[in-house]
This record gives sequence, structure tokens and C-alpha cells, in this order.
Amino acid sequence: MASISLRALPPGQRATISAVTADGELGRRIRDMGLVPGAEITITGRAPLKDPVALKVGTTTLTLRNNEADQIMVAVPH
Amino acid sequence: MKTDISHTFALAGNPNAGKTTLFNHLTGARQHVGNYPGITVERKEGYVLENGQRIKLVDLPGTYSLTAYSAEELVARDFLVNEKPGVVINIVDASNLERNLYLTAQFLELGVPLVIALNMVDVAKSRGITINTEKLSELLGVPVVPIIARTGIGTKELLATACQVAAGENSWQPLTISYGEDLDATIMQLVAEIERHSFLTERYPARFTAIKYLENDEQLIVLGRDESPTVAAALEAEVNKVSQHLQKTLSVFPEAIIADHRYGYLKSVLRNGVITQTFDSDRLYTSDKIDKVVTNRLLGPIIMLAVLMGLYKFTFSWSELPVVWVEGFFGWLSATLETLLPEGPLRSLIISGIIDGVGGVLGFVPLILFMFFGIALLEDSGYLARVAYMMDRIFRSFGLHGSSVMPFIVSGGIAGGCAVPGVMATRTLRSPKERMATLLTVPFMNCGAKVPVLALLIGAFFTEYKAMMMFLFTMLAWLVALCVAKFLRITFLRGEATPFVMELPPYRYPTLRGLLIHTWERTWQYIKKAGTVILAISILLWAMMTYPGLPSSEQARFTEQRQTLMAAAAPEVVAELADERDHRSEAAVELAEKLTLIDQQEAAAALRLSLAGRIGTALESLSQFAGFDWRTNIALLGGFAAKEVIISTLGTAYSMGEVDPEAPDSLSERLQRSENWNRVIAVSALVFIMFYAPCFVTVACIAKEASWGWAVFSMAFNTIFAFTLAVLVYQVGMLLHLS
Repeated sequence: MASISLRALPPGQRATISAVTADGELGRRIRDMGLVPGAEITITGRAPLKDPVALKVGTTTLTLRNNEADQIMVAVPH
Repeated sequence: MKTDISHTFALAGNPNAGKTTLFNHLTGARQHVGNYPGITVERKEGYVLENGQRIKLVDLPGTYSLTAYSAEELVARDFLVNEKPGVVINIVDASNLERNLYLTAQFLELGVPLVIALNMVDVAKSRGITINTEKLSELLGVPVVPIIARTGIGTKELLATACQVAAGENSWQPLTISYGEDLDATIMQLVAEIERHSFLTERYPARFTAIKYLENDEQLIVLGRDESPTVAAALEAEVNKVSQHLQKTLSVFPEAIIADHRYGYLKSVLRNGVITQTFDSDRLYTSDKIDKVVTNRLLGPIIMLAVLMGLYKFTFSWSELPVVWVEGFFGWLSATLETLLPEGPLRSLIISGIIDGVGGVLGFVPLILFMFFGIALLEDSGYLARVAYMMDRIFRSFGLHGSSVMPFIVSGGIAGGCAVPGVMATRTLRSPKERMATLLTVPFMNCGAKVPVLALLIGAFFTEYKAMMMFLFTMLAWLVALCVAKFLRITFLRGEATPFVMELPPYRYPTLRGLLIHTWERTWQYIKKAGTVILAISILLWAMMTYPGLPSSEQARFTEQRQTLMAAAAPEVVAELADERDHRSEAAVELAEKLTLIDQQEAAAALRLSLAGRIGTALESLSQFAGFDWRTNIALLGGFAAKEVIISTLGTAYSMGEVDPEAPDSLSERLQRSENWNRVIAVSALVFIMFYAPCFVTVACIAKEASWGWAVFSMAFNTIFAFTLAVLVYQVGMLLHLS
């Protein structure tokens, strides 16, 4: 299992969150929305200017900006 | 039947869980909307009758957590602890149970009497998710009622259950979740400290306060320092210690551990036979399929433009007729009053001050109604969140948020909107600073009232490039608005960009009832404003343009002129004027025209002498740097009331009498010939009109949405800014001999 930043995750690829490095308000917000270690996610798309990115966690679609995605590490199954 | 309020129930839950749908279903028309004191978060209340009991239902803003992130979350929490509702009805989306229960876990930790409304069980079922409600209820220790809020299934049982809970005289019973060895030990210490000093225990259970300290909840920490600096310092030191320890050993913050354990607790509950999933969870649902097209990198922007144009067309073409009706009504009203009331200041006040002022504002009502309906449609269907998503990158570079797009477009981003609904539409923004920057810059857009002024001046001075100039000025509005927003964000409204961690709600068919309630409550707020602030300002402006009026010697001079004309004319011609005939003789027509000319001269003279006229003349010493004479100044003063007034006031001021804003051709010729106007002045005036103080309806809205301080700021800042630009245009233009 390779651990990469969420920003680098290609669309359609399934991955599991391994760590959320964001702290403070952003960190809390990310966790409140269900992005916690162990959660399975898939990138579903990027906005027309490639930022923000949309991802699926459970049945919910969330969006976040690339610099916010930098603070989430994901593990990609081989 | 008792009419006293027996209970207060609060309705709480995640955004998009169906809270508003349930609220509308339960309360129907028995609801009203206000704002929470001091902030702009909407406070919705309604009444339900159940077994002869009158229950007050408060719809709390949608939240993901009880830890303060936004004003909404703060409001929800403060309401629960300060007003201690009898029951909290927690609406939970069954198809998204785990994430939704995160908030539920926090309600349980707070210990509020809770009933869970498990919504959209039908949607969950269609996705292969079955939920064992009895098991869930047993494990969480609270009643769970499955419902379908859209159709109302289960809502009767829900109310009955809530009433039972309310009647149960139950005290608050906080749930205890274990947060792991390190934190549990610290929580115990904190709780002991809190209980020893009865620190905030009036409002929060001790354990809840302890957890919020560990979660680094700013609002609670500030509150604690106010309550008792020594206890607060002791708690903070303890939290600091464990936080450093955790950083060293695990390199995580306590808040991360708390979140992990909460989710862990929920997982253990859900795996205990509560949830059974039969389909593959990777299935693409309809919503995802729509998103593949609608937010596609190439198609997305095209569809967005089409949708926005559609909204525009809908608003402006469908509201055209009702606007004419409303205007017709006020026209009829003033005509009727004109015949009923004797001539004098009272009639002038009622007709020119009150009816023209308030009527002008109410004339917008149909337009606003349609605009809000269109926005509600986009909002409730889930499309608006997609627009924010697609535009965020561009807006972020100007210090704004993706959600700022809509207010800009509504305000006239495509020339012809209105800043009033635009200002109101900023409510969708969460961050106060980004919201303020948006709210203060949307009036720069070319609203429907500026368009005729633009058309007049462009038509008069740039006949050959009309379309291109119109386009240029629309672009200029966007450029200036975004740049000013950027300026505000690096000066008065400095602050971090707020995270864009947002939910894209699934596409849904909005319910007609929801749309109508949504539209009406916003429109009604607008109407109420017309009756209060706007009425007062109308009267003030009317007085400024009427008083002190012509001295009697001047009046006598005009009367004498009229009498001389009448005396010179043949008696039969004068008689012809008196009766309303379709065909008059040439001499009579000529006489009528001459009389009108005198009337106009009298009006112009009175205007110059009025307070507004004197101000206009006094301002000439300053406004000459931008090329404006006193008459233009009065028009611009009048334009503060409403930008359309600029045309009619220019008309009066240039002795043209009443000028129809829709057909300003004659005024245009007049301005072309005037030595006080030329191309450079026209551009200078256009720039000033586009960017100076918003009209007073907008100002009143800014005051309502933000504060009077910001409203005054926007008037002063915009006017100074616009004037600087206008001076620049005029001086450079004259220097280069472009006139």
C-alpha cells in the first residue's frame, strides 16, 4: 500500500484515507464531513480549472480545494 | 383547545438531510422567519397542533457538528444550551447514516432529550440499504422513527413520540464515549476541576465542556475565560499538556483522536446488525451520472451559462407583466389621490414623496419574487452548489469564495439584474469576511435601473458603437467589482480564505411547497423594508427636493408670465384649453406648449432653490473636476433614491419636464446640444453612476444583512471611489482632447 497525498490521486481510483494532517478549523471541518482515517474515497471529478476536486465518501459527494487535499494522505491498494 | 405553547421542540440535523422539508411539512403556513439577534442566520419558527397541544417548532440551521465552525453551528449549539428545548428532533438521512450520526453522537454527549427521525428510508431502500430501527434505537438509547419527509409518511408517529419524550420529565442524560487512555484520563481530571468550581455547568454538562476544551473550540474557550480566568487557565494548561504529549508520541492533536473515536463508536453501533447493505456501494447513482455531464470540464461551463441565461430570461420576461400591473396600480392610486386631495404640500408629500418612493420600491416586488423563485429552484435542486464548485478557482484569486458567484450574477453580472436580491443572496456564504466582501461589491454590477441611464448616455454620445460600449461597461463592472473585492480582502476584510470543504448535495426535485415558502419569506422581508426605512428616506428626499421652494416674488413672476400669455391669446383659444378635446386648433396647441415651457422653467427654478438644488450648486466646486454641473449633481443625488431617478431628474433639471425613462430620446438630443456635456463627461458620468453609492433600497438591505456601519461604509467608500475614477477619466480625457 503506497501512501500518497489526495491531490495526486487519479480520478476513478479507489483509496483509503490513512491520515489527516490538517489541524485547527480546517482539520475539524474535514473530519466533521466524514473524511477520517479508514474512510474509503474515490475522486469523481475536477472543476473546469482543475481545482477544486470532487470526491465520493460513502454516498456523499464532497468538494475540496487542492491545497486542502494536500493535507489528506491516502493509501492506494495495489 | 389550549392555545398556550406546551412544548418547544428543536429540529436539528445535517444540511441536506431533509430538515426544511420536514419543517415545512409539519408547520405548513404556520411559520415565520426572522434573524437571530445580532447575526444574519435565519431563525425559523412554526407551530404544530398535536392532541390539542400547541407545540413551537424551531428549525435550527443545518450543521455537521456541535463544535463551532460557522455562525450556523454556533447558533444551533447556543439554542440548545440556552433555551433548553423539550425535545430535539434529529433528522438523519438513512442513505448516509454513518456521517449523519456523527452529529447525533454529539447530541447524545450533550445529553439533550432526543428523538431520531430516520428520513428517506425509501431512498435508502432503493439503494439496497435496510436499517433495523429497533436495534438502532436500542443501541443509542433513543427513540428512532422512520419517516419520508417529502410525502409526510411517519411524521404523525414522529410527533407522537416526541410528545411522549417531552412528557417523560426526563433530565439530561449525557452519553459517555471512551476516547482512549490518554484522553479519558485527562477528561476525568478536567471534569473534576470543572465540577469543583461549577464552571459553566449552568449551560453545559461538565464532560461536554471538557471535550470541547480538548477539541480546541474557540468560542467555548473565550466564554470560559470570561467566566473564570483562573479555572480557564488551569483547564487550558491541562489540555496543553496532553496535547503536547500526544504530538510527541503519536503526532496527532486531541481533536483528531476525538473524531476517530466518535466514528469508531458509530461504526461499532452500525455493525451490530443495524445496517444491511445488499448492493455494491460503487454503483453510480443518478446524481453522479448527472454530475458527469453537468460539471464536465467542457460542457459544465456551457451548461452553467445556459442555466444562468435561462434564469435571467425567466425573471425578467415573466415578471414584466406583473411589474406593469403594480406600476399601473400605483399610477392609478396617485391619479385618484390627485383628484381627491386639494393642491398643496400634503398632496405633494403623499404623491411625490410616499407613493412615488414606496411605490417605486414595491414595483420591484414581482421581479424579486421571480428572481427568488428561480434561485430557490436552483438551490433546492442542488445546482447552485455545482456553480460554486466550478467557479471557485476564479473567485478565490480575488479573495472571494465559489459561492459568491450567484449574488454577482443576480445583481447584474449579465446587465439587468438587481442588487437587492443580490445582497440578500449573499446569505449562502458561510464566512463573514468573504460574505461582506461580496455584499459590498455586488452593487457595482449594472442593475436594471442603471441600464436605461447607460442606454441614454451611450445613445447620446456613442451612437455608432452602442453594442460594443454596452459590452465594455458590463466587463468594466465585473473587473471593478472583483478588484475592489480583492482590495477589501487585503485591507478592511483581511483574513484567511475559508475552506472549500463543501457537500455537493444529490440532485433532487424541489417540492413546490418548499419553493413557494422559500420565495415568499424572502419577498416578504423585502416588502416589510419598503414600509419602514424606505418610507422614511422617501419622505426625506422629497422634502429636500421641494423645500424651501420659490419665494413668492418669483412665483408671482411666473404667474404674471402665464397671465400675459393668456391675455394675449384670443378668448376662444383659452376656452379651448379648458375643455378636454381631442383636436385643438393650432393656436391652442402653441399656447399649451408655451404654458408648459413656463411650468418647466418654474419647476427648474424651484429645484435650483430647493435644498437639493443648493447642495448641487455647492457641490459644483468639487464636482467640476469630474465635469459635472449642478444639474447633474441633483440628478446624481436623486439617483441615490433609485438609479432610474437620474433620468427623470436630469429631465427636470434641464427644463425638459417629465421624461419617460423608457424613451429618453428628447433628453438625449438635449444633452448632445448642451455645452455642459460631451463624450468625456458622458464616460466620466457613466463611471460615476456605475460605481457610486448603491440606491437606498440596497443600502437598507446592506444594513439589514450586515449593519448600518457597513451600509454607511458602502455609501462613503463607493462614492469616493467612483468620484476618483470619474475625475481620472475626465482629467485624462480632457488632457488628450478626446471630447
